[in-house]
Amino acid sequence: MTAQTLSQSLLPGEDLLDIDPNPQTAGRQARPLRFITCGSVDDGKSTLIGRLLWDTKAVKEDQAAALRRDSTGKQNELGLPDFALLLDGLQAEREQGITIDVAYRYFATDRRSFIVADTPGHVQYTRNMATGASTADLAVLLVDARSGILEQTRRHATIAAMMGIRQFVLAVNKIDLSNYDEAGFQTIARAFREIALSLGVRQVTAIPVSALKGENIVMRGDELMPWYSGPTLVEVLEKATQRTGQTTGFRLPVQRVSRPGEGFRGYQGTVAGGSIKPGDSVVVLPSGVEANVKAIVTYDLVRNAAVHGDAITLVLDRPVDVARGDMIAAIDQRPMTGRAFTARLVALSPDGVVPGKRYWLKAGSRRQRVLLRPTSQLDLSTGNWDDANFLPVNGIGVVELDFEDVAVFDSYETNRDTGAFILIDPETLNTVAGGMIDGKRSKSGRFDALPDADRATVTLPARLLEAFLKTEFARAHAGEIKVTGPEEVEGE
Amino acid sequence: MNVIEHGRGKPPLDPHLKALENEAIHIFREVAAEFERPVMLYSIGKDSSVLLHLALKAFHPGKLPFPLVHIDTGWKFPEMIAFRDQVVARHGLDLIAHTNPDGLRDNVTPFSHGSARYTDIMKTQALKQALDMGRYDAAFGGARRDEEASRAKERIYSFRTSDHAWDPRNQRPELWSIYNGMIHPGESVRAFPLSNWTEVDIWRYIQAEKIELVPLYFAERRKVLERDGMLIAAGDPRIALLPGEQVREEMVRFRTLGCIPLTGGVRSTATTLDEVIAELEIATVSERQGRAIDRDQAGSMEKKKREGYF
Repeated sequence: MTAQTLSQSLLPGEDLLDIDPNPQTAGRQARPLRFITCGSVDDGKSTLIGRLLWDTKAVKEDQAAALRRDSTGKQNELGLPDFALLLDGLQAEREQGITIDVAYRYFATDRRSFIVADTPGHVQYTRNMATGASTADLAVLLVDARSGILEQTRRHATIAAMMGIRQFVLAVNKIDLSNYDEAGFQTIARAFREIALSLGVRQVTAIPVSALKGENIVMRGDELMPWYSGPTLVEVLEKATQRTGQTTGFRLPVQRVSRPGEGFRGYQGTVAGGSIKPGDSVVVLPSGVEANVKAIVTYDLVRNAAVHGDAITLVLDRPVDVARGDMIAAIDQRPMTGRAFTARLVALSPDGVVPGKRYWLKAGSRRQRVLLRPTSQLDLSTGNWDDANFLPVNGIGVVELDFEDVAVFDSYETNRDTGAFILIDPETLNTVAGGMIDGKRSKSGRFDALPDADRATVTLPARLLEAFLKTEFARAHAGEIKVTGPEEVEGE
Repeated sequence: MNVIEHGRGKPPLDPHLKALENEAIHIFREVAAEFERPVMLYSIGKDSSVLLHLALKAFHPGKLPFPLVHIDTGWKFPEMIAFRDQVVARHGLDLIAHTNPDGLRDNVTPFSHGSARYTDIMKTQALKQALDMGRYDAAFGGARRDEEASRAKERIYSFRTSDHAWDPRNQRPELWSIYNGMIHPGESVRAFPLSNWTEVDIWRYIQAEKIELVPLYFAERRKVLERDGMLIAAGDPRIALLPGEQVREEMVRFRTLGCIPLTGGVRSTATTLDEVIAELEIATVSERQGRAIDRDQAGSMEKKKREGYF
């Protein structure tokens, strides 16, 4: 078994962007790929990232010299500097020898450039991992070839999947210390695939690597691993897909209204879903007023189209009331509007998330008051969702949101930009949680992302039903599936 | 109102630069909308030039909804000041140049006070004075995360206390592209639209967008003297030659621009943008090597930032 990629099929909203065979413009033909690395303390994560930077020549001579100066006697046996020192930028970290925050690293190959969110592996830093994962399209999970999958690996995979990452790379590191044992590697890879599938992640690539020796990171490790013919880590990264936000219709959260002079009124923002062209009909939410697009203005050109990610100024064909915080959306593919939603939340602040407190919620450019009530918390060691009414720091939970004014969202599953939010404590003004919308609640409290007719039906025997409903997969897809026991099916 | 199109006939940006540009514009608009008194720190260098270009794009067809502040230590290259004044005139910008009056009075120079104290008084303290005088609650800067180790953990909205201090352990988490712009009176943020750009990105963008730069970035025969392993521009009468030093002419360019005595040039034959980029892509020395202040002590930049340096 050497083809390590389980599924190359693209998920909805994803697009294989790279490598245009006939480039029309100079430079790189893809957006930077953002990915996250996660591993336990001793898996060699710093060495892996250091190796990526070193072998792609992102470490400059003077930085290397400073490293050698700092790490007296701490060079490894290959005469390379101690990579951890390159990465742990803050003095507090150097003193304690641990990584305490998310750091961003940059490197590039001829084909693509990369932004790595380097996050700590300690369990108490779930919040940092969630932060790094929020913008990532891919997660590299590290395990030690000698110890295999740990509880920590499962935790990291769970958080990454929940934050919307749909591509995993399992880097089985220190393969040299396992005597390049193929059978051991395959066992670990199989176990990990099972975890990934249980989280709804189908794109999994497992790679045997030695970060220290640089095998299968940038350079191949064929000599000692003739049994592995899959891609190197960098090859997987170069070919990874990016979300393009096309699964929802056009979305423009309005950041500001531009009125520079008589006769011009434009709505400035970044397209958060779909695409738009002059003449298209749009609706302003939450007011519901309708209009048509007259022009798409940018500094360079008055454009004939704009797509997800473009920062534009939109001009409408009639005077309508639009303010910062409003959303301009496709008239025929509207987001959800309402006062009651269900979401998953990661608590980031030492105070946790308290029921009945009125927080500020910011989503896109919109900020509004919200009351929230935690209903369950994810137990990362079992993967079960247990009843809860409070979320401690680093806790992941399901909450019910109740707004004073109408809120506008897509589900996070369909659109990461318009389905995400942060919570701000009204007194400290700190960011205390990150949240992902699952769906809208109706008056009866029933969960309501898709109408029943559009949901896939999953039928399970009663003994499995309860356990399934507690899984991350069931949570993540709650709006898309309808779970029934066998009796109901028989009755239909 | 007729909308001007600045990019007619220009080839489109590659997707990589386009994504970086979009992100920066988004940050500019968000800060301008959420804060009451934003300001942009303008240092005249290449990153500032890119920053200004992106700001013009973000608010087009309107004008910049904030002023620019330039911290003038009195030791900047004359070419920099001339360039600054041209740019201000061309775009009709509102620029405030500020020099620390205490430092001026006490005649603080890199020679009399050493580079560390000089930088603190003429840059860090001067910056705090300028921000306090304008009661600015948000200041855009051109810092990039790839510049230096402690910058790698910098947020896009970098939260500062009322003393302008940066506490690396007390930064707000930043998820997705949702920025928390809520602050108490007296507190402020530094906002960094170029956080995710690398040095190569900056140069490629300058090339693609035809952004004008101070000529010091291109190699020319210049009078230099060698001090502490750095090639320093000679000619300013305030820079006295030390025993054994001599002024000579060499083909030199500058990778970053700061105060004359603290900015080292590199030997180079790159006289055009293409040549500079070609040199950069095979360069094995990072750009901050030319900055004396980073070498003062280990963790030097982190320390300065805690004290309020940009």
